[in-house]
Amino acid sequence: MKALLVYLRRYRLECVLAPAFKLLEALADLSVPLVVSDILKRGVEAGDRSVIWADFLLLVFLAVAGVGFSFTAQWFAAKASVGFATNLRQAMFDRIQGLSYTELDRLGTDTLITRMTSDINQVQNGVNLALRLLLRSPFIVFGAMIVAFTIDVPTAWIFAGVIPLLLLVVFGVMLTSIPLNAKVQQALDKLLGRTRENLEGVRVIRAFTREEAEIAAFDAQNEALTKMNEKVGRLSAVMNPATYVLINIATILLIRSGALRVQAGSLEQHQVVALYNLMAQIIVELIKLASLIITINRSLACAGRVRDMLAAESSMQYPEKADAFVPAGPDSPVPAVRFDRVSFTYAGAGAESLTDISFTAERGQTVGVIGGTGSGKTTLVDLIARFYDATEGRVEAFGADVRSYPAGELIRQIGVVPQKAVLFEGTVRGNLCWGREEASDEELWEALRLAQAEEVVAGKGGLDAPVEQGGRNFSGGQRQRLTVARALVRRPKILILDDSASALDFATDLKLRRALRKLDKETTVFLVSQRMATVRAADRILVLEDGRLAGSGTHEELLADCPAYQEICASQLPEKYGNTAAAGEAGV
Amino acid sequence: MKGKLDKKTLALQAATLKKVLGAVGSHTPLLVLSLFLSAAMAVLQLLVPVLFGDTIDAVIGTGAVDFETVGSLLLRAGILIACAAAASWAVSLINNRLTFRTVRDIRARAIRQIETLPLSYLDSHSSGDIVQRVIGDVDLLSDGLLLGFTQLFSGVVTIVVTIAVMFLRDFRITLLVLAMTPVSFLVAGFIAGHTFSMFREQTAVRGRQTAMIGEIVGNEKVVKAFGREEKCSAEFAVLNEELQKKSQMAVFFSSLTNPSTRAVNNVIYAAVALLGAFRILSGGLTVGGLTILLHYAGQYMKPFNEISSVITELQNALACAARLFDLIEAEPEVPEGPAELVKVRGQVTLDGVDFSYDPEKPLIEGFTYEARPGSMTAIVGPTGCGKTTLINLLMRFYDVDAGSIRVDGADVRSVTRTSLRRHYGMVLQDTWIRGGTVRDNIAFGSEDLPDEEIIRAARETHCWEFIRRMPKGLYTEIRESDLSQGQKQLMCITRAMLRRPPMLILDEATSSIDTRTELQIREAFARLMEGRTSFVVAHRLSTIRDADCILVMRDGHVLEQGRHEQLLAAGGFYRELYDSQFAGSEEE
Repeated sequence: MKALLVYLRRYRLECVLAPAFKLLEALADLSVPLVVSDILKRGVEAGDRSVIWADFLLLVFLAVAGVGFSFTAQWFAAKASVGFATNLRQAMFDRIQGLSYTELDRLGTDTLITRMTSDINQVQNGVNLALRLLLRSPFIVFGAMIVAFTIDVPTAWIFAGVIPLLLLVVFGVMLTSIPLNAKVQQALDKLLGRTRENLEGVRVIRAFTREEAEIAAFDAQNEALTKMNEKVGRLSAVMNPATYVLINIATILLIRSGALRVQAGSLEQHQVVALYNLMAQIIVELIKLASLIITINRSLACAGRVRDMLAAESSMQYPEKADAFVPAGPDSPVPAVRFDRVSFTYAGAGAESLTDISFTAERGQTVGVIGGTGSGKTTLVDLIARFYDATEGRVEAFGADVRSYPAGELIRQIGVVPQKAVLFEGTVRGNLCWGREEASDEELWEALRLAQAEEVVAGKGGLDAPVEQGGRNFSGGQRQRLTVARALVRRPKILILDDSASALDFATDLKLRRALRKLDKETTVFLVSQRMATVRAADRILVLEDGRLAGSGTHEELLADCPAYQEICASQLPEKYGNTAAAGEAGV
Repeated sequence: MKGKLDKKTLALQAATLKKVLGAVGSHTPLLVLSLFLSAAMAVLQLLVPVLFGDTIDAVIGTGAVDFETVGSLLLRAGILIACAAAASWAVSLINNRLTFRTVRDIRARAIRQIETLPLSYLDSHSSGDIVQRVIGDVDLLSDGLLLGFTQLFSGVVTIVVTIAVMFLRDFRITLLVLAMTPVSFLVAGFIAGHTFSMFREQTAVRGRQTAMIGEIVGNEKVVKAFGREEKCSAEFAVLNEELQKKSQMAVFFSSLTNPSTRAVNNVIYAAVALLGAFRILSGGLTVGGLTILLHYAGQYMKPFNEISSVITELQNALACAARLFDLIEAEPEVPEGPAELVKVRGQVTLDGVDFSYDPEKPLIEGFTYEARPGSMTAIVGPTGCGKTTLINLLMRFYDVDAGSIRVDGADVRSVTRTSLRRHYGMVLQDTWIRGGTVRDNIAFGSEDLPDEEIIRAARETHCWEFIRRMPKGLYTEIRESDLSQGQKQLMCITRAMLRRPPMLILDEATSSIDTRTELQIREAFARLMEGRTSFVVAHRLSTIRDADCILVMRDGHVLEQGRHEQLLAAGGFYRELYDSQFAGSEEE
């Protein structure tokens, strides 16, 4: 866990003080049997009432001092553990910000969220308990033994004998049950998953009359879980009786040997009482220690997951700012985007998602990208913005390899409207300013107008209208138009619309496309869609089929010689294109 | 413990408790045995220190040790210890069996209930909520209620026996201890009150932070697409620091309860030592007697603390139990007819059907329609018009309020649900993919088919293209999140195809599939539908152009019905829908 300890460094002092004060408290606890012994010896035996009063006050003082030490320790422990968790959470958040799409795909956002919330909370809890108790309990156990040695060496050997045995039982049971508990948890998760599946798929299960089979599968998992639970249960059932027997046999031996020593005159009755009281303290602390270890073990598992997360490195390399690449000026004739024999395979995927793609998009052109489900449309535009690095070939933006741009430089030139229309909690203005922080109100309204979202925003109360979490106070179509506006605010050199009109009705879609044509002449637009109508008017249409470029050209050119495109047109407007399709049967 | 419980709540809790005991069912003798043994264990464990104390009294001083008494007392102590340990072991084993088996039985009942509950129940409860009941609530119920019982019982026994033994030794000291008991409660209550308000503040901030993590990390790709990484980190830092402040206080305060009650207990201990010493001096108590009293005083608060936490837990557990029984005792589906539907030709008749989800809001009224064997019926209309409801009725997920639905002349209520559903193939818009292999998913309900046949169907539905690319083909383990919506729909279509049923229901089955793939699938469907009665719901009009009859629905009523050309010519609502969809595609 060294990798995580750096986040505790700022609380080094607290980390020393918390256990230190806990030890002081333990010292107070350990002195109690000695004071009681003193009451019996100097007070009762000698009949000195003032000693008894003095010792009583000492006991009360020890109680008060103990609670004082304890409070101080808890304060430092709280400060250190919460501070640690805060630093860790920030570090993790920052790290996630630095990951590339490849790592985000691999780790999964759900996992990242769990790590940042419940896992870190568990770690905080573990650190807090460890600082408070991890030293205290062993200190009392061994402290009691040492005190016993100061009272009477021969009897104290009983302590020295029973403590290792107790440790053996407690840790033996715990260490064997930890891996078993992990298995139980897995089995429970599986059962939970199956229950959820059964609920979500209830219509399918009933339609396919699979109820009996589902019940049988559930029963089998349920039985397996029960068996595992009982196994772990049988193991931990040993702990309490075994420790109880051990400590009490030790007590019997202690009193017996004490009796012999008293008879021989080398020990006194009050000392036997003191030894007996010390023995009683050991068992309480051992049990606490055992449950503490379980908690700490659980948080160590969480800490391990957090550490693995923090170790994730972005797979994307950027050149230093010093060798910053300056994109060619507006007058130079380089194309906006060029793909040169580009292939791409997602990390861990079995096959290529894009194969040998080459095309050139000149500045100011509108490029349509059309193709079926899973044909690689989104992958293609993701490569332009360098969300992923091509596995083979070269992607160029403004004449330079996208890999030669320093971090953040390329994305500044590009406005992306992702497939999923996501807005963030805040205001409309706050969301639009994601495009460009310093945009003026006029610029925002201009972008909204272009995106056909002016009325939407005006209807909600203007730029300062609230946006709820996930933008749920806007309809799908409204969100989509706002995300278009957000990208336009950026005044990008390359605008990518990834199926961004899917939730719009045809009329709004048309208006949007007309408005986009009024953009700056220098803006290169990529329009990804399944709708032929959306890409029809593009300067160039790329037809993707199964990751390959099946055609590239204008609507008319493709209609003349690209069977894949003909089929798409025929399927969408059979009245008009049904006959031109080479695949004649398409016009059902 | 908190607040006053009115009679109604109490009666409700009593009723729930009764049900819980009912659920324990065949394990009831175990519960009784567990209660009895834990009481015995508590008594035995309390008597051991008494014997030890008496033994110490026999160890008076040099040459004055009464070895006979020491020997016989220690022997008795040894026997008691052995019995106590045996009882404690038995209690653990019994509780294990009791809780885990009760949990297993309740879960088994729950899953059977889930498979047979009417859809109206499942549709009106979120699946997350039901999963919580079956998994989390059941665990809480067993821990809180069953273990709570034993703990509560043995706690009460411990307190009673403790006080009784103390009284027998010295009633004055006992009165002193009893008098000081409320102080501990006051201190604990005071701290708990403060902790509660601090925790509330912490929870509020943490909630905001969790929401932010969910929003930002959940949409990290958008964050990266706009280069907002640093900005988000800074925003997160502000919230993170706020949480740090609140958490620190909450963690600190919550950790004060134990030291405080311990301090009070230590003061009680000191008082017992003081008074005890004086009583020895006045001859009313022996050294051994004081040792016993001190031993009891040292652990005096423990059962009180345990009982108060058990009672809180019990109330929690009762709430969980109530939720659980709400599920388990929900009204199951109305009984089905005994007949088996065999050799279906596919004649579906709806005769004067009335149906509504909410009696206040009538939906379908007087619906009459007949689908000939082998015909294709398309259902179109705006959202909420009753399309999906019709499918719910055909599949008998819901029953009609009036009128009847007949298949080949047999009222669906007169035949078994499974035999009815077995004759339908169904594909819904909400795809359901379970964790498992590809094969588990597409051969759902047709597990015995050979792989070749499954692959052939997958080829027809264009699934094979992406399945083939997976690392282990048909045997690749998949999760729902691994697939795109379109891919999921394709798999669900394959699943229905493999069943080769006489009747087909397609509810927006191709909504996420691009039009060209859809066209190809439609050909496969056309082959599949040959001679099968089919019902197709779609919003894409191109999908349903070939239907033998199109039902145009609005607000639960059929506005128009007929073939595509007839309806277009009629110039009604269908024409309106059609025009709105294709407007704009013919631009310029």
